[in-house]
Amino acid sequence: MDCTKTRGRIDAYLDQELDLPAVVALDEHLAACGACQGIYTERSALQAGIRRHATYYGAPQRLVDRIRASIGNAERPARISWQWPRLPQWTQLGAAVAASAVVSWMAALEYASPRALDLLTEDVISGHARSLVTQHLADVASSDQHTVKPWLSSRLDFSLPVTDLAPLGFPLLGGRVDYIGHRTVAALVYRHREHYIDVFVWPDREPGRVPLSGSESRQGYNVMRWTDGGLAFWAVSDLNAAEMKAFVEAYTSAKGS
Amino acid sequence: MALVRAIADVCPPAAQGKPLRTDDSSRAKKFERIFTPHLDAAYDYARWLTRDARNAEDVVQEACLRAFKFLDSFNGDSARAWLLAIVRNTYYTWYKRHQAEGVSVPYDEETMLANGADPSDLESGVGSIEQLLEQKDAKRLVNEALATLAEEFREVIVLRELEDLPYKEIAAIAGIPIGTVMSRLSRARKLLLQHLQRARLEN
Repeated sequence: MDCTKTRGRIDAYLDQELDLPAVVALDEHLAACGACQGIYTERSALQAGIRRHATYYGAPQRLVDRIRASIGNAERPARISWQWPRLPQWTQLGAAVAASAVVSWMAALEYASPRALDLLTEDVISGHARSLVTQHLADVASSDQHTVKPWLSSRLDFSLPVTDLAPLGFPLLGGRVDYIGHRTVAALVYRHREHYIDVFVWPDREPGRVPLSGSESRQGYNVMRWTDGGLAFWAVSDLNAAEMKAFVEAYTSAKGS
Repeated sequence: MALVRAIADVCPPAAQGKPLRTDDSSRAKKFERIFTPHLDAAYDYARWLTRDARNAEDVVQEACLRAFKFLDSFNGDSARAWLLAIVRNTYYTWYKRHQAEGVSVPYDEETMLANGADPSDLESGVGSIEQLLEQKDAKRLVNEALATLAEEFREVIVLRELEDLPYKEIAAIAGIPIGTVMSRLSRARKLLLQHLQRARLEN
């Protein structure tokens, strides 16, 4: 592991959010690299300092009392809210405001934004970032399309084209099964110089839910998506937009086995 | 208090003279049992979000009322994360609206702007931060550094370091992907180190 990768993972390491292989790799690098070790020690001191010194504001007793009292008063409106149709307008408004709060909270649990395209884009970027951070690039590491394709097909309810694009400058590293937009999807992993590219593929069962093709740049990642033969393809990487376009052109032109 | 008054305007006590349902007191008991243990966390989070004691109390009280109202939809997972998500939601809806309407809300003008310099680029040395955090005014320095962070960075640090929550729960509470939790935490730590380094140089 090099310094750039290490530094990108130092916080997750500090917060004990890395899986074991990633921890081992980072341990090894830190033992060998004084500069990265210095950054880790500094962040670790900061964490300890905040935990020790930052003020933790406990709830004042008068607030706890006030809440207990207001819960008592709130019982009746809460009960009545099941009889909406007979209530005056303002009660419905209050309940609707509160209901929307809960609904948006539940949506927030899943995603940052309620729009389908936005959600999928976030999901795709998160999936890509997660695989990099946890160093879990591939479940089946092979540049042989005849190994990757059957491995994926046996784990998914669909089959997809798998092509090694090494002749075009994008060697296939392998594949894995990921979870995007509430379903298991295939992820094909390619490399271009030091950059990794994920192509997420799944059957496009809801045509029209999101636009058929497009591209977006977000949080330093470029995302391009298209559909072909009933499958949705989403490519994501930190390659620049021009290289990303070149990759997608290579991928779509070399429709493989 | 403005917040509580505003809520009272929208939701006056209703339904006078209706018979009480028998499960009312058990709902209150259920709320007490599940959520009272997390009132400290709720207040701490609200206090760091609002940076003001009275506004934090109003936010927490309103959040608890909402939580009570929707007690039946609580799925039994993490009560603390559920309550904190409602606190955050309350903060962003009611509190922000009142801020916009000109209710006097203390605002820290020093909100730190991300200026891109990496603290590790500064002439630092690891010992210096550790030494700084050993000083007797370390508490003031740390609190100041935290208070000057922009809101989105401050909240992830509070949830991570003061509430000791995993990335997954922070993501759920703040309504952001885990990748964003990671990048905000990393950025927040860089900014905090930068602030502390500056404080050290000024000393």
